Amino acid sequence: MDRSDRPPAVEMRGIVKRFPGVLANDHIHFAVHAGEIHALLGENGAGKSTLMNILSGLYRPDAGEIWICPRGQTQPRRVDIRSPRDAINLGIGMVHQHFMLVPTLTVAENVILGLKDPRFLLRMRHVEEKIKQLSRQYHLQVDPSAYIWQLSVGEQQRVEIIKLLYRGAEVLILDEPTAVLTPQEAEELGRTLRRMAEEGKAIIFITHKLDEVIVFSDRVTVLRAGRNIATLDTARTDKAELARLMVGREVLFRVEKPAGVVCTNGEPPVLEVIQVEALNDRGLPALQGVSLEVCSGEIVGIAGVAGNGQRELAEVVTGLRPVTRGRVLVRGQDLTNQPPLRFIEAGVSHIPGDRLGMGLAGNLPVSDNLVMKAYRREPIANGPFLSRRAVLSFAQKLIQAFQIVTPTASVPVRTLSGGNLQKTILAREITASRDFASDHRRVLVAIHPTRGLDVGATEAVHRTLLEQRAQGAAILLISEDLEELLALADRIAVMYEGCIMGVVDATSANIEQLGLMMAGETHMTKETADRL
Amino acid sequence: MDVVLLISILTITIRAGTSLLYATIGEILTERSGILNLGVEGMMIMGAVSAFAAAFHTGSVWAGVATAIVVGGSLALIHAFLTITLRADQTVSGLALTIFGSGLASFLGQRLGPGGQPLVGQVGPRFEKIALPLLSDIPFLGDALFRQDVLVYGMYLLVPLAWFILYKTRPGLHLRAVGESPHTADAMGVNVPGLRYFYTVLGGMLVGLGGAHLSLAYTPGWTENLTSGRGWIAIALVIFATWDPARAVVGALLFGGVNAIQFRLQAAGTTIPAAFLNMLPYAFTVIVLVLITWWEAFRKRVGAPAALGVPYMREEVT
Repeated sequence: MDRSDRPPAVEMRGIVKRFPGVLANDHIHFAVHAGEIHALLGENGAGKSTLMNILSGLYRPDAGEIWICPRGQTQPRRVDIRSPRDAINLGIGMVHQHFMLVPTLTVAENVILGLKDPRFLLRMRHVEEKIKQLSRQYHLQVDPSAYIWQLSVGEQQRVEIIKLLYRGAEVLILDEPTAVLTPQEAEELGRTLRRMAEEGKAIIFITHKLDEVIVFSDRVTVLRAGRNIATLDTARTDKAELARLMVGREVLFRVEKPAGVVCTNGEPPVLEVIQVEALNDRGLPALQGVSLEVCSGEIVGIAGVAGNGQRELAEVVTGLRPVTRGRVLVRGQDLTNQPPLRFIEAGVSHIPGDRLGMGLAGNLPVSDNLVMKAYRREPIANGPFLSRRAVLSFAQKLIQAFQIVTPTASVPVRTLSGGNLQKTILAREITASRDFASDHRRVLVAIHPTRGLDVGATEAVHRTLLEQRAQGAAILLISEDLEELLALADRIAVMYEGCIMGVVDATSANIEQLGLMMAGETHMTKETADRL
Repeated sequence: MDVVLLISILTITIRAGTSLLYATIGEILTERSGILNLGVEGMMIMGAVSAFAAAFHTGSVWAGVATAIVVGGSLALIHAFLTITLRADQTVSGLALTIFGSGLASFLGQRLGPGGQPLVGQVGPRFEKIALPLLSDIPFLGDALFRQDVLVYGMYLLVPLAWFILYKTRPGLHLRAVGESPHTADAMGVNVPGLRYFYTVLGGMLVGLGGAHLSLAYTPGWTENLTSGRGWIAIALVIFATWDPARAVVGALLFGGVNAIQFRLQAAGTTIPAAFLNMLPYAFTVIVLVLITWWEAFRKRVGAPAALGVPYMREEVT
């Protein structure tokens, strides 16, 4: 495609956006042409989503101009996008990372939400017909009369795309579209994007995954710290260069992992989950007979698409969720349905997925957050009182040992960066399990421990987990990042609809195989079970 | 039981349920937009006192109705400004509105009579019963359903209209979306604060109208605490109705029905203390409400709008 003779479909010039204390976009120039898939690459906080929220009318830029050139015209014109409605009227639509769908409405109702047509009466048959036609044209399979809450995440994403196409969007923005998909669904999405680009639409997708940029995109723009670092043809670049541009330095893709010592000495497993069943928050079965063992010095990874029982499993093995059947054993002790404190005292530590919600009390100082598992015992407890001096010296020790970057120990913990929040949790949890479990046989349950962290902080967390493994901790690592699981885990268990589909050896596993199991392909379990 | 007694009970049931149903439908619309307005009791009693005062001084019941609508809408506008624009806590603002409304209504009742005298005991114009031709001749039901005042007939129209708008029209779709997921509605170009203002004020107008029915038709005149907690019952009925106007009818009839039977018992000179009988409709409503809500929660998702009571800010970093 020759795009040099036509102006870009959208051009953003000198975009500046400030949030309190942050310059999210610093004079960014960004252009996308009709017929191309353009990746917007950058680490978390690089300003990708902010830039696209400006283009889609959700945010207003502090400075800068947006020029568009609609299909069939040759002269670009400057536009003022004040709201999402303005954007969609100009043919610009965005699929947000958190889907913009109303769960209690049907697919068709969501599609026409906010439109002027139908004017008053909802004549749904006509709308559903048009949706069906779009889904045939772009191979976006979806039932227009289904309710959103009945749909899988992949289906909901298809609804989002249909919504934009229905509105005649010519520029489609997708914010981290594959984060919630299985590898197979992601591939299917890639084909859909290609089909749309071939029809002359401009596709922008936001990502921090280098593989996706290479596989999906025609061109890529790299953002770092709110600035446009480079715009490249994907064919003329590679992962290493993109990573360097994104992070600003060379990045090692492999974590050095020494060989594990897996239950060799005939020791019983440190954590045993036996035929456990549990309900989710809505009272529906979330775990349906899960069995799992984690030995000393081993990392067992849990893979799976979000919402297949991973969260409930983590809560069961930390004592936060009652078990309706089955047993949970830690160091041979039966702790089934015991309160969380018993789990803590047995040496179970917990790195929750929701750092500020469950891991830390945001408004309390760093020091108080660090002693939350140590305050019951001497020297911090002084009878019924807390020794302020002991709290501070304990906190200082941990801040140094775990290299937590904080102005002082008494600032509210929520003011720290994501990486330092995670280090604070790790420091507290690891120290606590060391104190409670006198020997090396302790349990660490980590849920999405690097989600949302930049490359540096991710490295630090990975290093800490591997150190713990070397010291003999039994680690249950729940992650949606298959690369991370393959790099860190000794064995990987795949969860699907509350069951473990199979456990594979991390050295012999590959992404395709895991992806199929994540999608519920049962015959894979037989094969893998035979091999193990 | 003889037919005449049954007809009379059904007649009172409908009359007693009408004011409640106006208020319930009003609050359903407000809550569907995501705004919880606990000021129903205050708006309703203000509607009642202002309706009677206006009708008394102008001699026109319609002037009374118009005043009640304006007063109810204005009070709701205060709530809207506090909770939508200033993002004040909706519970606190609503409770304050009820306390304010009840106090002011009591004060106005002391002063708005002839020559600054109390309104209590004054006799003013009232809505007379009108028999609808043909319909009122239907045996048994005709008398109860179609020999009523105009505001009852208005309610007959309002309920299906509210249901139709909510589920079958574009404005209704937007209303449901705003209460469920304001972020989504906003991203889709729906004016979230605008709709919330509109439905909060509209809800207040209907609540005010419900108050007008009390002082102009059901028990014409003004007495202290005329609404006697009906505003709170309306809020309970909203939950009972799972935010569905059609189901609100059942709840309102239930309350009205127990009220009618209780009236009958008092009229028949029972030995049960009057205070106990007066309590019955409220106790009954609460008990049924608890049972139904329990049952619903077990059976399926409870239907509260997901964003009910949550202020909306566009540039909130989630």
